[in-house]
Amino acid sequence: MTQKNRLDGGQIDRNTTLNFTFDGKTYAGHPGDTLASALLANNVRLMGRSFKYHRPRGPLTAGSEEPNAIVKLRSGARQEPNTRATTAELFEGLAAKSQNRWPSLAFDAMAINDRFSNFLTAGFYYKTFMWPAAFWEKLYEPIIRKAAGLGSLSMQADPDEYDKGFRHCDLLIIGAGPAGLNAALTAGRAGKHVILADEDFRMGGRLNAETLNIADMTGADWAAHTVAELSALPNVRLMPRTTVIGAFDHGIYGAVERISDHLATPPTGKPRQILWRIYAKQTLLCAGATERPIAFENNDRPGIMLAASLRAYANRWAATPAQRIAIFTNNDDGHRTAQDLHTKGVKIAAVIDTRPDAPRSHDYEVLRGAQISDTKGRLGLTFAEVTLSDGSNRTVECGALGVSGGWNPNVHLTCHQRGRPTWDDTLAAFVPGGTLPPGMTVAGAANGTFSTHGALKSGADAARKALGIKGRAPAVPDAEDAPITQTPFWYVEGCSRAWLDQQNDVTVKDVKLSHQEGFRSVEHLKRYTTLGMATDQGKTSNMGGLAIMAELAGKSIPEVGTTIFRPPYTPTAIGALAGRMRGKEFHPTRLTPSHFWAKERGAVFVEVGNWLRAQWFPLPGETHWRQSVDREVTATRASVGVCDCTTLGKIDVQGTDAATFLNKIYCNGFAKLAVGKTRYGLMLREDGIAMDDGTAARLAEDQFVVTTTTANAAKVYQHMEFVRQCLMPDADVQLISTTEAWAQYAVAGPNSRRLLQKIVDSDYDISNEGFPFMACANITVCGGLRARLFRISFSGELAFEIAVPSRYGDALMRKLMEEGEEFDVTPYGTEALGVMRIEKGHAAGNELNGTTTALNLGMGRMVSKAKDSIGSKLSERPGLNEADALMQVGLRPVDAGDKVTAGGHLMNATGPVDAKHDQGYVTSAAYSPTLGSMIGLGFLKDGGNRMGETLRLVSPVTDLTVKVEVVSAHFVDPEGERVRA
Amino acid sequence: MIINHPLLGPRDSAEFVYLGAAELMNRPDPETASADDWHDYAYLRDNPAGTHRELWFHEGGDRSILIVTRDTTTHEISAVELARRGAPK
Repeated sequence: MTQKNRLDGGQIDRNTTLNFTFDGKTYAGHPGDTLASALLANNVRLMGRSFKYHRPRGPLTAGSEEPNAIVKLRSGARQEPNTRATTAELFEGLAAKSQNRWPSLAFDAMAINDRFSNFLTAGFYYKTFMWPAAFWEKLYEPIIRKAAGLGSLSMQADPDEYDKGFRHCDLLIIGAGPAGLNAALTAGRAGKHVILADEDFRMGGRLNAETLNIADMTGADWAAHTVAELSALPNVRLMPRTTVIGAFDHGIYGAVERISDHLATPPTGKPRQILWRIYAKQTLLCAGATERPIAFENNDRPGIMLAASLRAYANRWAATPAQRIAIFTNNDDGHRTAQDLHTKGVKIAAVIDTRPDAPRSHDYEVLRGAQISDTKGRLGLTFAEVTLSDGSNRTVECGALGVSGGWNPNVHLTCHQRGRPTWDDTLAAFVPGGTLPPGMTVAGAANGTFSTHGALKSGADAARKALGIKGRAPAVPDAEDAPITQTPFWYVEGCSRAWLDQQNDVTVKDVKLSHQEGFRSVEHLKRYTTLGMATDQGKTSNMGGLAIMAELAGKSIPEVGTTIFRPPYTPTAIGALAGRMRGKEFHPTRLTPSHFWAKERGAVFVEVGNWLRAQWFPLPGETHWRQSVDREVTATRASVGVCDCTTLGKIDVQGTDAATFLNKIYCNGFAKLAVGKTRYGLMLREDGIAMDDGTAARLAEDQFVVTTTTANAAKVYQHMEFVRQCLMPDADVQLISTTEAWAQYAVAGPNSRRLLQKIVDSDYDISNEGFPFMACANITVCGGLRARLFRISFSGELAFEIAVPSRYGDALMRKLMEEGEEFDVTPYGTEALGVMRIEKGHAAGNELNGTTTALNLGMGRMVSKAKDSIGSKLSERPGLNEADALMQVGLRPVDAGDKVTAGGHLMNATGPVDAKHDQGYVTSAAYSPTLGSMIGLGFLKDGGNRMGETLRLVSPVTDLTVKVEVVSAHFVDPEGERVRA
Repeated sequence: MIINHPLLGPRDSAEFVYLGAAELMNRPDPETASADDWHDYAYLRDNPAGTHRELWFHEGGDRSILIVTRDTTTHEISAVELARRGAPK
């Protein structure tokens, strides 16, 4: 395949040929090419279609600011839409496709939109799809969604990995052009820790795109030499292919490094991209500048590009979009492009300069004081119509047109902390403002210093100043130092279909319309016209729009102001932001010590917080979960069951003031709890609402072990630290979470003591007399293993909880199963646990739901009046203590076959069913194998005085109405004889 | 953000949990406080555009609670103290 538009020279490796495809057709390029440069070398100018009008488009730029050459890369699961051909590094086998066209790029049916452009002006959606309102969801939205967007997703899972990392440095330099490289050299030679990041795969910035010399070598060679010296410095880290996407608080920067986007597939074990969080003591922004276009009629045809980008393609990539090129400029930089192209053997058709006093050339014709009035060429530029200074017209034949309207410093990152850029009159451009992110300085073109010499000097000076490097500054190498003046020239008078924002199809006419319709603030202009939206965020278009807006409003550009620049600087893959937090790795999965044993038993697991807990243990032949759960409940109540309760929060409280501390955090009293005893505790929030409950076991005069619910473990610990450090700073008390240190099992049922007696060492008496209900002790089991034993019960049976160091958890569970064989010991899961606690009327998360008080829970009298505790005062508020306050009750269906549903509301037996007549609601419901029907717990107005009453349980959502009887919440063993047995 | 921990030096704010305004440390005296005092303590917070004293819990670190003085408009942190060294005035 010939590369018809390949020139001499350039920084490409001609010894190697890379084959790639675009829309199925095979082309050849070289290492060092981008997709765009390789396509241009192959005489392909047409690379995409515009968003709204489906106008044929080619690249406008040679960098990340590209609005037009947006393509789909790769295929299958790795297909990536909306990538810029101008930054995509070429590799062997790269497959690229154009977007937003059907059936083909050259013939696009939707280009009909262009004919209807009069109707598709700014605000088209807002004006057209207003009424009838009902049409929006069914008709308009699906159609718009179908037509919207450029590329499409593969709809497959991303097969690549992404990582996150952290880096620290004395100086972060953003951009490796002349300013950045010289700054890195200055700081690196001084021994400072430097990170130099650049979005390009080749460092050097504009030096690679120019023919200007530094000292006695070309700029590109100087860049390569400098990069080589920097690579040899151990204190300098070079990060090519790395875009700094945002400046965050306190010198923290986000940066995306593309590790393997330039390879067909990531090497094994390597991520595709890494999101770095860089902690920089000082930052130097050397992001350069972006050339700005001039708007004129039909300025969007493939082949019309920014002049300096044409120059970059010619000098760096040895590629040109055409063999005959014209230049349209308002400044000297356009002439530089003409000169370089001419030197490379490209025919310059004419340089059209708006300035009457433009410099002349011996090499090509300069049309002074001339402007472009229109262009021709359906799928690519063929002619430019020029209005000469005397008003006459001339047609210039050209396959490409370089446009130069001056340069805008890349101030984006200076604004990420809400700083605003300031207007510089000599440059007619915004430059970094006075309020920069802390620690940031700006050098080179990003600061409005456009000459090469100026960039080199300002980079070195800024690095010395930022780092406090003393001594004489080293000499700046000789380089071009041309003075810069930029006279604004935004658009050609009289144009209307002149594109400002090529990606979003916003024309000069649209901005005028927006002004006419009253959308005059820049923020309104952006949203109404979509100017500056989408993947390029208006890097080449915002200024033109602002300038026209200012002119229409009779204001200056700085008066009109800019929209706010926000991160990310360039589009960032969601995968990079997610890193490894995908799917199951979104949060950690915590396994209990008995997990693998439970897995062997075929347990079904449920996520509780981050934990996986056994939900039930199906036996062969059981086909429905209820069969397993009913069996587990019945077996536990009949003999003995074991449940892993390791996930409960366990907080060790120690110190001489430990009891005083517990008195403060629990609403009930703990000061008088004897050593060797456990007590139920209810914790309130300061506003009087119940927060959590659990037990506190006094293992010594100055040591308690507090348990919390699984879900609230972290929150309760945090609350306890708040009370300790902020409210009781002088108390002698220490806290530590020991949740992970102990494996803990509930052993419940009439045979639980007999089972435990087989493993508890004989030194310890755990008889009813020796170890009564609510006792606790440090003991040993299995011949000397330290353990903790608590005689507490959630199930309502005679029960114990036994804890051993976590590493013995698996062994203890297996031992309990082995020793329990003679009692038909049954492991039970969280479902059976839940059924038994409902049968016993114990509150859990459903009842401690953030709206209920101790009074509601039937524990009003537990709130001690004899002491101050968190929440005790506000729990006395009248509003929480009304006569008909909700009280926890038990509920049984009148017809035993009826269903009780949690979430259903309670209504009187007769009367209306509405919110006004609401009597309460059901919080928990389960089938009780013990009672042979469903049962529920709920909150009922004045519930304590309504035992025996029949109510209606209604759930309008599920169309349920059931008659229920109000009963005691303690369905099983209301006298508590079993727990004391 | 970076919080300069008095014991551990500069730490990323991601290691911390925000606990709210430092006024939470000024819990009313249960002996003398009125109902209004309790109401204000539980429910009323200033929402300043500017300097704000607030509590940060070093959950992913040494579990200290810090009083951080932060400008809510710029995130500039001007002081960091250990909460247990004393309540703010």
